[in-house]
Amino acid sequence: MSETTATGAHTGADTPGRDLSPEESKPKKSVAGSNLSLGHSLGLILALGALVVLGIITGGDRFLSLDNLMVILQQAAVVGVISIGVTFVITSGGIDLSVGSVMGLATIWASTLGTQAIATDLHWIIMVFTAMGVGAAAGLLNGLIIAYGRVVPFIATLAMLVAARGFAELISGRQTQIVTVPGFLSFFRRDILGIPVIVWVFLLVAAAGWFLLNRTTFGRRTIAVGGNPEAARLAGIKVKRHLVMVYSLAGLCAGIAAVMMLSRTTSGSSTHGYLYELDAIAAVVVGGTLLAGGRGTIFGTVLGVLVFQVLTNVFVLNNLDSSVQAVVKGAIIVGAVLLQQRFSSHSRT
Amino acid sequence: MRDIVKHFPGAKALDGVDLDIRAGEVHCLLGQNGAGKSTLIKVLAGAHQPTSGQISWKGEPVTIPTTMAALRMGIATMYQELDVVDGLTVAENIFLGHELSSGGVLHRSAALEQTRELLQRLGHPEIPPQREVGRLSAAGKQIVSMARALSHEAQLIIMDEPSAVLDPEEVENLFRVVRSLRDQGVAVVYISHRLDEIRQIGDRITVLKDGRTAATSLTVTDTPTRELISLMTGHEVTSDFGGTASGPTSSDPLLEVDGLAIDGVFEPVTFDVRPGEIVGLAGLVGAGRSEILETVYGARRATAGEVRIKGKKLRRGSIASAVDQGVGLAPEERKSQGLLLDQPIYRNITLSTFARFGRSGLLNERAERAAAQKQAESLHLSPADVTPNIRTLSGGNQQKAMLARWLVHGCDVLLLDEPTRGVDVGARAEIYSLVRELSRQGTAVLMVSSEIEEVLGLADRILVVADGRVVHTGPSNDIDEHRVLDLVMEGAHT
Repeated sequence: MSETTATGAHTGADTPGRDLSPEESKPKKSVAGSNLSLGHSLGLILALGALVVLGIITGGDRFLSLDNLMVILQQAAVVGVISIGVTFVITSGGIDLSVGSVMGLATIWASTLGTQAIATDLHWIIMVFTAMGVGAAAGLLNGLIIAYGRVVPFIATLAMLVAARGFAELISGRQTQIVTVPGFLSFFRRDILGIPVIVWVFLLVAAAGWFLLNRTTFGRRTIAVGGNPEAARLAGIKVKRHLVMVYSLAGLCAGIAAVMMLSRTTSGSSTHGYLYELDAIAAVVVGGTLLAGGRGTIFGTVLGVLVFQVLTNVFVLNNLDSSVQAVVKGAIIVGAVLLQQRFSSHSRT
Repeated sequence: MRDIVKHFPGAKALDGVDLDIRAGEVHCLLGQNGAGKSTLIKVLAGAHQPTSGQISWKGEPVTIPTTMAALRMGIATMYQELDVVDGLTVAENIFLGHELSSGGVLHRSAALEQTRELLQRLGHPEIPPQREVGRLSAAGKQIVSMARALSHEAQLIIMDEPSAVLDPEEVENLFRVVRSLRDQGVAVVYISHRLDEIRQIGDRITVLKDGRTAATSLTVTDTPTRELISLMTGHEVTSDFGGTASGPTSSDPLLEVDGLAIDGVFEPVTFDVRPGEIVGLAGLVGAGRSEILETVYGARRATAGEVRIKGKKLRRGSIASAVDQGVGLAPEERKSQGLLLDQPIYRNITLSTFARFGRSGLLNERAERAAAQKQAESLHLSPADVTPNIRTLSGGNQQKAMLARWLVHGCDVLLLDEPTRGVDVGARAEIYSLVRELSRQGTAVLMVSSEIEEVLGLADRILVVADGRVVHTGPSNDIDEHRVLDLVMEGAHT
């Protein structure tokens, strides 16, 4: 995560006045919709608050500035979108280790000379569709292998993690591919209402993810399949088909994240997204989604992503060792899971 | 044990239990599901701590803080699920946790020697100490489990439904072992549902009901069965199956099963169920009853034959096809196969129908909740509120919720697998009358039950299944329990 610190610091400084947007507007949602325990999200909000206070004490105005806020959000955006997809997978009782690699592969595919040439001739949207298509296809393959090949998700997506990275290296010859399509860059590197487009994308994906999980039959099926696959199957839910869709969705999210990564770094690289799967899983679990499946919370995931990003930001602003940061991160993961067990109602077995 | 009380958050599992056990007796513990038997033995085994009350051991008041402490005192427990490690040998299992060793080095030959002695004492010298436990039969595993208890020099052995996994002959063998233990001065607490077993093996009986002792230290020989049952249930038992069978309301079969089979699981079966008819599958556990039911539903893929609903053929191995045609299944293992335990009751009720309430993939939770609420009320689900997690409901109410799921769905054919397992007597009667009512309204019901009395009482026609074959088909009032058992035994041995 530390490699992403300096980039993007000079975007999004134009219109002040809307500085409290994401943190302030979301708590209402969780109370109304997702069924996580209030105690847990409250704990996360407190943790986030504590980090913000820590940031203000140590960083002062540098931390509180609008610029810095946008930096945090932009960094949160890419991992955030991936984490939304992973939330669905984990809620369904599975795991996806391949999302980081798949994102890397999608950045490469969308930034090859061929794709960019077509995009220049037709429209920059071709690049977007390519990245999303590659992500969704990789996810589809994961899902088919898991659901119909009956390979455990851990192994199937581990294989995809290795293979997608290798495939990306093959295509690119391990070269970083610069994005040259002007329309693409100008669209995604723009601000709307003072907020960078990729942050908007993150918010949009999060909102759509929340709706999908809590308000649609797709979400209900995901929770049912994760909670008790046998009961879901005997109730007439097509469990295998549903799992394929869930993994495809996670792949699609990785594809969307790839578009955001392409615009932020203006390049495609086979090293993009390295270890993002672990950041995503950490954010999801810290957020309160049960690793065993059957309960998921998009709001918690967003909070989890923000906690880690604010933490990174505080450390960077204070020029602290990133190794120490990693240790703190580990402590947060363990702490959150311990908290989750304390709050979960069924400690009796 | 005196006046043991055990509280769990939200529920009182034990509410004043007295139990006193003498050396050299077989003390039977009776009670329905949820009466507190398991909790009581866990307290004795040191797995749970009582909230109040006093345990005395050989006249001294004691506390049993851990399971290890219980074992050191000489109290060993054999749990219902056999707690042996399949990958280890007999000797390794017996000395698991208290290996014979010095400085971390195992004394293998001493362990083998002692294992041989223990098996000898149990009357099973034929079990080789170095055999992997995974290769033994259930009965063999039980002997290993018992030998382990003895290896702790147990003076009190608690056996939680030891006969549940055994054949009749193996049960005889078990009884021999239990008797010889008793004659050696070991006290045995024997838990079982089967009254006839208790008659054979028990000396004294304690009956639990709703976490209290309903009666303690009754002598087996002086207590009539009727009294035991009324103590367990709190009222006299009447075989109320919700009135007499009304019979089919039409002669056109609703469900037709034609030559359905799975290779190596059950042989081709052919039968039909007409509207308003209840057909029961009787037989022993493992005879293939549930498998037939699950194959009709499409949960297992048939290798031959077909299933038709109103003449329309179902796709093999497709639950969706069965559900679309109005077939519903209330599975045998409610918790592991039927329910989402951490989800609200109403979501469990609408699990097969939630897509119907909304439009284009959106949910309409309000409508779902209302529909679930309506069913919950008409089935007298308690509590009537459908918001809490279904985990909080009793077994009987969970079963009603399962039925409510298919009532909301609107089923023509209802498949019931052990509909009253883990359901107390009061709720049983309600479930019986519910099934009757459904059948009167024209639903075709196909049910499986291990309780032959239940199948005979509820069904219009029965199919007796033994060893994967249907050995008898006929009206239920032409046959009695003994005849069914005879058929089952004959079928199993030919």
